[in-house]
Formats: sequence, C-alpha cells, structure tokens
Amino acid sequence: MSEHTVYEPKSALGRWFEERLPILGFVKTHVLDYPTPKNLNYWWTFGGILTAMLAIQIVSGITLAMHYTPHTSMAFDSVEHIMRDVNYGWLIRYVHSNGASMFFIAVYIHMFRGMYYGSYKAPREVLWMIGVIIYLVMMATGFMGYVLPWGQMSFWGAKVITNLFSALPFIGEPLVTWLWGGFSVDNPTLNRFYALHYLLPFVLAGLVVLHIWALHVPGNSNPTGVSVKSTQDVVAFHPYYTLKDGFALIVFMLLFAFFVFYAPNYLGHAINSDPANPLATPAHIVPEWYYLPFYAILRGIPHKLLGVVAMFGSIFLLFALPWLDTSKVRSGAYRPVFKQFFWLFAIVCIGLGYLGSKPPEGGYVIAARILTAYYFLHFLVILPLLGLLEKPKPVPSSISESVLAKNSRRLAAQPAE
Amino acid sequence: MTATDSSDPTRRDFIFIATGAMAAVGAVASIWPFVDQMNPDASVLALSTVDVDLSPVAEGQAVTIKWRGNPVFIRHRTPKEIEEARSIKVDELPDPSARNENLPDNAPATDENRAAKDKPQYLVMMGVCTHLGCVPLGMSGDYDGWFCPCHGSHYDTAGRIRKGPAPENLHIPHYQFVADSTLRIG
Repeated sequence: MSEHTVYEPKSALGRWFEERLPILGFVKTHVLDYPTPKNLNYWWTFGGILTAMLAIQIVSGITLAMHYTPHTSMAFDSVEHIMRDVNYGWLIRYVHSNGASMFFIAVYIHMFRGMYYGSYKAPREVLWMIGVIIYLVMMATGFMGYVLPWGQMSFWGAKVITNLFSALPFIGEPLVTWLWGGFSVDNPTLNRFYALHYLLPFVLAGLVVLHIWALHVPGNSNPTGVSVKSTQDVVAFHPYYTLKDGFALIVFMLLFAFFVFYAPNYLGHAINSDPANPLATPAHIVPEWYYLPFYAILRGIPHKLLGVVAMFGSIFLLFALPWLDTSKVRSGAYRPVFKQFFWLFAIVCIGLGYLGSKPPEGGYVIAARILTAYYFLHFLVILPLLGLLEKPKPVPSSISESVLAKNSRRLAAQPAE
Repeated sequence: MTATDSSDPTRRDFIFIATGAMAAVGAVASIWPFVDQMNPDASVLALSTVDVDLSPVAEGQAVTIKWRGNPVFIRHRTPKEIEEARSIKVDELPDPSARNENLPDNAPATDENRAAKDKPQYLVMMGVCTHLGCVPLGMSGDYDGWFCPCHGSHYDTAGRIRKGPAPENLHIPHYQFVADSTLRIG
C-alpha cells in the first residue's frame, strides 16, 4: 500500500545485531514507520488504550497474586489483607478491579466503532473474528477474576454462570460437575479459576498479536471506509498516531483515576463484602455491569435451554456479522438509514444492560423480551435487508479527497482574519 | 527391491500410516488424565453421607443442612401444606417426574412420591434451584413453597416447579431413616 521503509543501522554493532535478529527493523516497519490512514479520528485510539489496559491488568494482577491465597478458607481474608495490610495493596487492588471495568468500557467502544464504520467487512473478516474471540476470552477472564475474592456475589455469580452449562441436554450435568470438581462450587473450583485467571491474560496477549498481525495485512480501515490508494493517504504511525493514541490514553486514564480514587466501589456490589455462604443466596444477584445485556437476554426467555442458547447466540452472532451486513459501502457515515438503525441498536444494548440489573419481574421481563427480539432482528433481518434496500450517499474517491473537501468547507465557513 | 510404481501402497506407506495412527492414539490417551483430573477427587467423593436428627424439627419448621457442598432442605410439613400439595393433578405440573433418587426414574410427581416414604410430613430435597443453582427461599412464592430469588422460579409445598424458568422439580437425594427420627442422606 505504500513504499516499504528499510531499516539501515548506522553503527557496526547495529548491523551486526540486525543480521542476527532483525527485530529493530521489524519495529521500524511495523510500528514507527507503519503507514496509517491520515484521517483516523479519536474512536480509533481505543485499540491502543486496550493494549495499555491489558498491560495494566497483567502487572497489577501478578502483583496481587503475590499476596492472595486461592483457598475457600483464606481467599476472602487474603483480599482483606491486601486491602488493609499490604503496602499500597488497596491501590493495586482498586486499579485491578476498576481496570477490568475500564477494559470493558474500551472494548465496547472499540466494537461499536467497528460496527459503525464497517471495519469487519472484507478484507478484515478474520481481524474482526479474532476480535470476537478476544472479547470472549476477556469475558471468561473477568468472570473468573470476580470469583477470586470469594464474597457472596463471587460465589453465587460463579454458581449461576457455571450452571448455564447444565442446560445442555445429556452432557450438561456431568459437564458442570467436571467444571466444579465437585457437586457444588467449592475449593477445587476456586483453585482452578485462579490458575485459569492467571493463564488467560497471556492467551489474550497472544491473541492481540494475532489481531494486530491480521490488522497489518490489509492495514487500518478509516472513517471514510475508502481503501488507501496512495502515499498521499497515509502518515507514519510515529509520531502522528503514537501522540494521538497517547493523548487519548491520558484522557482515558483520567476517567480511570476518577474511579480508582473517588469511586472505587461504585461499579462493584456491596454484598461481595460478605464472605461466600453456600447455604444462602443473596436476594438479588446480578453479574458485573459488563455482562448485564447478556444476562437480560438469558432471563428474558422463559425456558432454560433456549435462554442459554439465546445468550450465547447473541455473542456468537458477531462472528457472522461480516456476512450478515450485505452493504458494499463500508463506512456508516455514507449510509443514512443504517446510521439510524446503528444508534437504535446501541440504545437497545444499553437498555438490555439496564434491564439486566433489575429484578426479573413484571414490566422488566416484558421489556427485556422486546429488546432481545430487536437485538436478534438487527443482525438477522435489518442488516441483511438494509444492504440491499438502502441507497448510500456518494463515497469520496480517496481519503485525501475527503480530508481536503472537509478542510475547504471549513475555510469557506470561516471568514479570513 | 525397487519400488517404481508410486500408486501402489508400499511397506513405507503402511509404516507411515501405522505410526501416525499410533501417535494420534497416544496423544488422545495422554490428554485423558489432564481432563479427568478436573472431576471430583477422592476427598470430595468421600464426604458422601451425613446423618441428621429430626426430633427437634417441630411441625411447620424446616432445617437446612449441608451435604456435598450443597444445602439440603428438610421440612416438617403442616397438614395444610400436605393438603395443598395433594390438591393438584400430576398432569397439570410442568415437570411430571418425581425426581426422587429413592424411586424409579419414571415415578410420577405425586406428593406421595415426593415426601418421605411412610412419613408424608417430611419433605427432604436438595436446596438447589434446577434452573441455575441458587438456593430458593422457604415459605414464599405463589404456591407457599419455595421461591428462587435469582430468576423467579416458584415451587409448591412438595418442592415441585409450578412457575418460572426452572425445568425440573427440586431433586430428592438418596436417603433413608436409620432410626425413627434419624435421617441419613447420601
């Protein structure tokens, strides 16, 4: 897509090293000089933010692991020990627990950006599907991490979520017993969740490498959805996007710091400060906020197996998104009807999240059913039909043309000083 | 010996396929211990029975005991509760099976099949909602039995599912009376 930069070490030592391990040349080609569309807006900075969040979670998590004890009789106390006794333990734990929420805020923005700008369309289907796998592994990791403090919500969240698998015919019950390592969520369960919670972030890191690899084959998409056509359309990743991503990261960290320092428990549940009690379920159990839309789908359907199928289906449907959206136009910016349905879909997702946090009674259940139906309708009916029926607006012939047209309009609107 | 016709299977082809097949069998066999270590271990399986003295449980009272990590409900039912449970026909129930491990699998969900044999006042069952495993609350719900706060399942005074997402009646574990008022679960 643009000329390849060649790394030529200036020193003899540099040349000696590069001949043996060409990693500096790789960094120069794929990071510093990487040709990036020049019109990326701030919605494109969340990939970098997510990478930073993964690093923060790994560093804070390994630190917590040095003070935590994965045993039912000691887990809860060891978390209190981290909060009260360990130097800066409170800070590291609040960074880790709120970091999980920040991670999900960023991933949802990243996903909705991909949906709005059609980033999943050819030739980026595999890139998108790796992203969905990353999201699934993130959910598994977050879920197992929430079990480790062994509070009431930890325990009952674990029990309900693992019990989802008991809905499967025939293999359901033995599968759940196998997952638990017993007849209920107990010490074997906590122990293995701890091992997997430690493992999966590194799996995520590997998947992120694949995600970036798949990104660097076709290159970034961009807000116009028009492919890069010449070197006029791109700028080097460094310094242009290292600085843009860096600035966005700082702003995002302000939000993160607000939660860590001023509302560290706002996104959690007070009931998790009660130690786990296998004999009493709290009156109102809900998962963490980032799972709520799927929880609403699960509870909306009055049938155990179908509820579980719908819940998993709502996520696995994302794998098929590149083929469900039949429109040839990539970016939603040039699709006037799609744009409205996109925002309606975003509101439906937030609405499902709200309903997931409410008790499963009366009007809430009915509303959850309507929104669940709409969620599936969006993917299975609206997106395939829109591509065929909608008349898109004319797409600019190149990235440069769209940027120049925007600037000339701005100049025309502002009288010269 | 020279093999000139490459379309004929040779000794080398045979050895190649046989080796590959053995390697595949070996790979699968070596995975199994890593899968099976996840199943309940000997110490978990060892905690298989528990004895309960029912004499302090008066009519209208209930106790919850822990067996294999799960709550077991033991309720000393009132005549009114037994009456309520007997007033419904089995074919009107969402789950017509007794779910009683002391009886054959096809036993119908009559109150007699749900309650203890010859002691219909005692109802012994797992306190684990058959939906997603929460512990239902006693003396509540639309049928005066149990209500699961997690996803809104209602059970009647014989622990049978009547309304809500749970697919099955509350399960009844294997148990026996080892003395007149001593119950052994497991």
